[in-house]
Amino acid sequence: MSTIVENVVCPFCGCLCDDLAVEVEEGRVARVRRACANGRGLFAHYDPTPQRPTVDGREVDWEEAIAEAARILNEADSPLIYGLSSMATEAQRKAVELADRLGAMIDTTSSVCHGPTGLAMQAVGEPTCTLGEVRNRADLLIFWGCNPAVSHVRHFTRYSVTPKGMLTPKGRRDRTVVVVDVRPTASARAADLFLQVQPGADFEVLTVLRALVQGKTVEVETVGGIPTARLQELAERMKTCRFGVAFMGMGLTQTGGRDLNVSELFTLVAELNQYTRFSVIPMRGHGNVAGADQVLTWQSGYPFGVSFARGYPRYGPGEFTAVDVLARGEADAALILASDPMAHFPGAAARQLECIPTIVLDPMPSLTTRVARVVFPTACYGVDAAGTAYRMDGVPIRFRPVLPLVRPTDEHVLSEIVARVLPG
Amino acid sequence: MRTVSAKYSAGVLDGRVGRVLLAWMAEVTNMNEYFTLITGRTPKQGEGLHKGKDSEAYRRATALVEMSLEDMARLGIEEGQVVRVRTAAGQVEVPVRAGALPPGLLFVPMGPVANMLIGAKTEGTGMPPFKGLAAEVEPR
Repeated sequence: MSTIVENVVCPFCGCLCDDLAVEVEEGRVARVRRACANGRGLFAHYDPTPQRPTVDGREVDWEEAIAEAARILNEADSPLIYGLSSMATEAQRKAVELADRLGAMIDTTSSVCHGPTGLAMQAVGEPTCTLGEVRNRADLLIFWGCNPAVSHVRHFTRYSVTPKGMLTPKGRRDRTVVVVDVRPTASARAADLFLQVQPGADFEVLTVLRALVQGKTVEVETVGGIPTARLQELAERMKTCRFGVAFMGMGLTQTGGRDLNVSELFTLVAELNQYTRFSVIPMRGHGNVAGADQVLTWQSGYPFGVSFARGYPRYGPGEFTAVDVLARGEADAALILASDPMAHFPGAAARQLECIPTIVLDPMPSLTTRVARVVFPTACYGVDAAGTAYRMDGVPIRFRPVLPLVRPTDEHVLSEIVARVLPG
Repeated sequence: MRTVSAKYSAGVLDGRVGRVLLAWMAEVTNMNEYFTLITGRTPKQGEGLHKGKDSEAYRRATALVEMSLEDMARLGIEEGQVVRVRTAAGQVEVPVRAGALPPGLLFVPMGPVANMLIGAKTEGTGMPPFKGLAAEVEPR
């Protein structure tokens, strides 16, 4: 006997597509309709069977694992809490509460993703809008240093490029699509205009675009590998569109200059509002990484890289961010929440997780669970656990789980740990 | 091919100043040419992720370096040939795939192999240099 659950929210990426149809057969996901390969993979490969937590690779009961996790955190002088972005906001709140109580450092996957975007927002502001506005109104789309065809597969068809909206009744034909990247990506093939920028030259190109938008004369013939004449055309197109939206990704945040690249784009977008309406939306990666920023900001005042060591929150990108803390050997215990730094951190930072007691909460085995001292196989938000997540445009969406909840949630485990830790 | 020794490259060669410095060193000492390395997602890396990071699919999807056909032809490297890729942070030996890249650019899918090439200096932002590293390639 199978049942089909309609309008399911996919928790994989920041698109949070909320139109999936999931067929459930004998307590497992049998088929997933309308999802991309990433969404389908997440629902299809998740095994909801309850598993026991482990301590040093040995299966134990939940009470024993929670006691061991609390002991590790209580004994640590400088614990690090990291991850958060694949959990619901309800669990994220508990993580911040735990950091506060422990006097710990807390950082999210934002720091290796759109952390520099957060720094840029703090410096120059964020001219934003919702994806609904993009779909219904935008006639010029610029994708800068991002590759949605691979990372946010349904972005083009659900929100940006092809959907037919109120003021875009002809869909794709009503829109101009520009892609700026260092290589001809799969997304570039869908563009009307592809500008190939030299690696590391985004800042220069954006600065020249700002000058051209302001009507200034630029004497050089090419900037960052792009002829100035083509940038002039783009500047005109930007000024004369009805509603333009720039989407940006790791091509700006992970390249030299980092937050300065993003600040330059955000400033350009802000300045374009003197001529027309223009917004910018960061292409957020994890399903609820935007929520992690929201929760940490409303609880501590800062979006990532926060230390509670002095009893009040202090903000320190480069100081309290996970890669820096681990690479410098400044954490003596780590609590990793629904993320896999062993797979995604530079070697020097990842190796440190093998040297300190590490606790992991994750629905799936990962490279980090392999080296962790305590592993809690928790429920997967969006598949068997309910909760709230923030879409990349800051719109909160409620998960509609398709399977009955039989595993403990991250929120539950964190609450139990909070109850057992001594104020730091 | 001669290579820039690690004692010159430790930490200094991340970022733009490093690239300029490395280009200059290559010029004056007739040393190995340098490439710009970027890392990122690929469809196969995403697929492998769901199958499990201990799966063969994930290992295959992340243990490779993409290079332009022009660079491969120029250096006499064939599809699937194993090369050593070296940055200031470390080195890996991986097979080459022809990729849609401009000459001078290398692409390694994000994952444990790419991480061996990425330094942990974040320039006060928290963000390691995942893109835009100076790297060199040596056929094995």
